[in-house]
Amino acid sequence: METALSIHDLKKTYGNGVVALKGVSLEVPAGDFFALLGPNGAGKTTIIGISTGLVNKTSGIVSVFGHNIDEDPEIAKAQIGLVGQEINFNPFEKPLDIVVNQGGYYGIPRKEAAPRAEKLLEELGLGAKMNDRAMALSGGMKRRLMIARALIHRPRFLVLDEPTAGVDVELRRGMWDYLRTLTTSGVTILLTTHYLEEAEQLCKHVAIINKGEIVAKGTMEAILSAHGDGSNKEAGYKGGLLEEVFLKLTSNSV
Amino acid sequence: MTGLQMWISFYTMLRKDVVRMFRIWVQTFLPSVMTSMLYFLVFGTVLGSRIGSMQGVNYMTFVVPGLVMLAIVMNAYSNTSFTFFQSKFFARSIEEILVSPTPPWVMIAGFIAGGVVRGMIVGTLVMCIALFFTHIPLTLGGVTIIFSFALLSALVFALAGLVNGIYAKSIDGINIVPTFVLTPLVYLGGVFYSVHSLPTWWQTITYMNPLFYLINGFRWGFLGTSDISPLLSASVLATLIATLVGINWYFIRTGLGLKQ
Repeated sequence: METALSIHDLKKTYGNGVVALKGVSLEVPAGDFFALLGPNGAGKTTIIGISTGLVNKTSGIVSVFGHNIDEDPEIAKAQIGLVGQEINFNPFEKPLDIVVNQGGYYGIPRKEAAPRAEKLLEELGLGAKMNDRAMALSGGMKRRLMIARALIHRPRFLVLDEPTAGVDVELRRGMWDYLRTLTTSGVTILLTTHYLEEAEQLCKHVAIINKGEIVAKGTMEAILSAHGDGSNKEAGYKGGLLEEVFLKLTSNSV
Repeated sequence: MTGLQMWISFYTMLRKDVVRMFRIWVQTFLPSVMTSMLYFLVFGTVLGSRIGSMQGVNYMTFVVPGLVMLAIVMNAYSNTSFTFFQSKFFARSIEEILVSPTPPWVMIAGFIAGGVVRGMIVGTLVMCIALFFTHIPLTLGGVTIIFSFALLSALVFALAGLVNGIYAKSIDGINIVPTFVLTPLVYLGGVFYSVHSLPTWWQTITYMNPLFYLINGFRWGFLGTSDISPLLSASVLATLIATLVGINWYFIRTGLGLKQ
């Protein structure tokens, strides 16, 4: 099976001496909806930052669809769409311009990027706001704008770093539905979130990271059966076991 | 990325910056025009008549090249340094480009292009104002030299501004260099006087000022006369451009000052 993201023995020590990653190895299968979970400061965003070219690694090998990020950074980056944790667009610009300009950075001409951007913004419920200033958007709208921006170049691999932080339940469900349709069209999704119940329902594979080390990885079912006691599943199970497993594996960090 | 894709990425960065500078033209174009007008009025019209001539031309005509150059370098520098710093710290929109496949040298070209455009626009506006105050006998060859030196100087200072923007850790880091380094270099580089009118020790110091070579090369295009050879001026500019391109490429390629 093709691998969307391959990470081998990835280490990162920041300039202030903080060791964020202690030799992480991970593989995200192509076409998967993959959850990367961990408490705050565990190293999730560092992994994403290194994979997308925003953070320099200390050592290790990272490849995106077989393209090493050190040897073929341009090809590797062209495969990825990133929805970062923080809002990172110019609030004085219009959503349509933000998305079209992002297409430009990937070499998509404006006449091609503009209708594509309009369609994405419409699909994500921002059609009426596409020509307003981005600063006028609500928190949930800003998140959706970031998703539209990340999809403008039709990436094969979408990385979502807590995309629903601060988003209300209804909008969150809408976003998950939208992302689920993306995976059915072949897009691989790597997701970090603190909404574990939703991750449990959405994701096929999961990796749990704690203090810079992967403490569990595999299919969602395998992780739940290996680390959970299974008692909830027998009594009309509707989710929630992942949270127990997560706490069990990461509780020493609290 | 193909050549066309790189061009589109470059054009996107340039277009975005140019749209921004025209949207806030009161902040980007007007201040230099106002300041230059005051300079021409005070130094040219009021004080100039008392100073008389310098290098064979009236003082007003003598200061025009320096003041146009002053406007070009200040605008090219501040546009690039501030735009880059803003996108790095305030909006964090630099990440839009860093995650894209745009190669480092296209990023450098894209960021400095806005500074060059702004420097050239403001330089042209200041030049037009100067023509209201004095007559400058321009020739076609002279205009070509003026344009070439203006472009190269804008390029040098846009590149220098990018180094500043990449490396600055706070807004103070952006303001300190223009105020305490660039302005003294410009004023002591021969905008308002000929180096030959200085004592020998001061002349020696002036020869170490890169701005002196820019202003004199530019002045040669206007007046056909300058303190030094225009070829020497062009050589200094070329060296500065090569050095600054190398520094910027290293910064962007390694992520120094940009990535954690």
